[in-house]
Amino acid sequence: MRGISFEVKPGEVVGFLGPNGAGKTTTVRMVSCFLPPTSGTALIYGIDVRERPREVKRMLGICPQEDNLDPDFDVLKNLLVYGRYFGIPAPEVKRRAESLLDMVALGDKIKSPIAALSGGMKRRLILARALLNEPRVLILDEPTTGLDPQARHLIWTRVRALRATGVTVLLTTHYMEEAAQLCDRVVIIDEGRILLEGTPAALVEREVGRTVIEAWNHAAEFAEFLRGLSGRLEEVGDRLYFYPAEPDLVERELEHRFPHQERLIRRATLEDVFLLRTGRALRD
Amino acid sequence: MREILRNISTRAFRVWQRDADVYFTVWKTEFLPPLMEPILYVFAFGLGLGQLIHEVHYQGRTLPYLPFVAPGIVAVAIMFWSFFEASFSSYVRMYYQKTFDAILATPLLVEDVILGELLWSTTKAMIAAVIMLGVLTAMGLVSWPTGLYIIPIAAIGGLLFAGLGLVTTSMVKTISQFNVPIFVIIMPMFTFGGTFFPIDVLPKWALAIAWCLPLTHIGLLARAAILGWWHPMVPVSLAYVTITALFFAGLALVRMKRRLIQ
Repeated sequence: MRGISFEVKPGEVVGFLGPNGAGKTTTVRMVSCFLPPTSGTALIYGIDVRERPREVKRMLGICPQEDNLDPDFDVLKNLLVYGRYFGIPAPEVKRRAESLLDMVALGDKIKSPIAALSGGMKRRLILARALLNEPRVLILDEPTTGLDPQARHLIWTRVRALRATGVTVLLTTHYMEEAAQLCDRVVIIDEGRILLEGTPAALVEREVGRTVIEAWNHAAEFAEFLRGLSGRLEEVGDRLYFYPAEPDLVERELEHRFPHQERLIRRATLEDVFLLRTGRALRD
Repeated sequence: MREILRNISTRAFRVWQRDADVYFTVWKTEFLPPLMEPILYVFAFGLGLGQLIHEVHYQGRTLPYLPFVAPGIVAVAIMFWSFFEASFSSYVRMYYQKTFDAILATPLLVEDVILGELLWSTTKAMIAAVIMLGVLTAMGLVSWPTGLYIIPIAAIGGLLFAGLGLVTTSMVKTISQFNVPIFVIIMPMFTFGGTFFPIDVLPKWALAIAWCLPLTHIGLLARAAILGWWHPMVPVSLAYVTITALFFAGLALVRMKRRLIQ
């Protein structure tokens, strides 16, 4: 990391976006007391992560990127043992565990060994585990990577329900749609620095405008024509991306001059912002 | 080190409890080796080797081979059970199962996790020693009540090899690298640490090495307890094992902490 500074308000959902190696997970690990920052401070509800990590961690619910469920125990026992680490009395852990397992649709799996769960079930169990201590801050490190759409939507629904109860959420993701769906605010980081910050809609509007025109199988004169208009043109492989300053006008022009040109007009998304600002080069 | 001591807490017991829970869910298979080991040795030594070696001279007295070797087998079990738990098993929990990462997301600190692992590996040595004590008693090979001293001996001896095991866990890059400490440290102790023969038959230079090996001292203490024979070296051995145990436990805390925080 090369010095990042940010603040999250209670009850806010903030997403950290960035290519591989940008520093998302490192940031999350520092906030969750895994990695002491070499310089600078991180405060969670006013408590310093380096000075009083036990108290900080008591307030956090952490969903790590990797599956670290305990394969030596079944589903319910995973939660019971985890609750013990927080010092929650056993009957109370059991009560919370059962209701959380119902919440993540694992109520009928309480006696299943971890190895028998699908990837989606494991993620849901990890989410339930992170909520066991009734955290004030939930940290989700790529919560839906590798999940099918059903499982992803279930997790989104649960996270939105939690936001409604006032839980603060810190999320990292590679999926722009996820960030747009869940986050009040996104922070795009790259190479250990913050590039951009704002609400998803405002960022899109400010960085790329409202509309994108994608075109393919185009003749040279088509590209030439776009270059003459006001807006930003990007050529990637065989595709053209044009971010017009005046979309309606451009579209009428194109309809008139190149009626047979294959193209797609769509709303600009966070992904356009992301690719524009972090570049298209591969990162790993 | 000061920070480590400050961060240690009774929460380490939760880690111990986690490992114990796993152990007791599969206790039927876990209890089998320490039960079977002395029985196998007794058959091998009683029926096989014992036919060749009729008596052993130890501490100026003679005794049959079987009662001589039996306490040595307990000392070896203390070493094996704690070392293997703190090396292979801890490594699996740390590296493959990410169990420590999961625990570190709770109010427990790295120090609690390492101490919990040390205590659990020590406990495994104690469980093995107690089971073997029972089996050997049934065979009439234990002097009572001095035999009960094997429990505190297993505690300090277990801590020593738990510490050594975790130190190796902090150093290896792959699980197969455990072969190095096993063949450089553990196997020489197994063969030359006075388990199978009284070390005073060794040439002077080898004897000097044998007295440096912690297992030699654990074996001496185990023999004093199980045979019920006081040995003048007992206070020295006790001090040596205790000091090395504390040293390795401390080193394990320092090194594992460095490995886990990255």
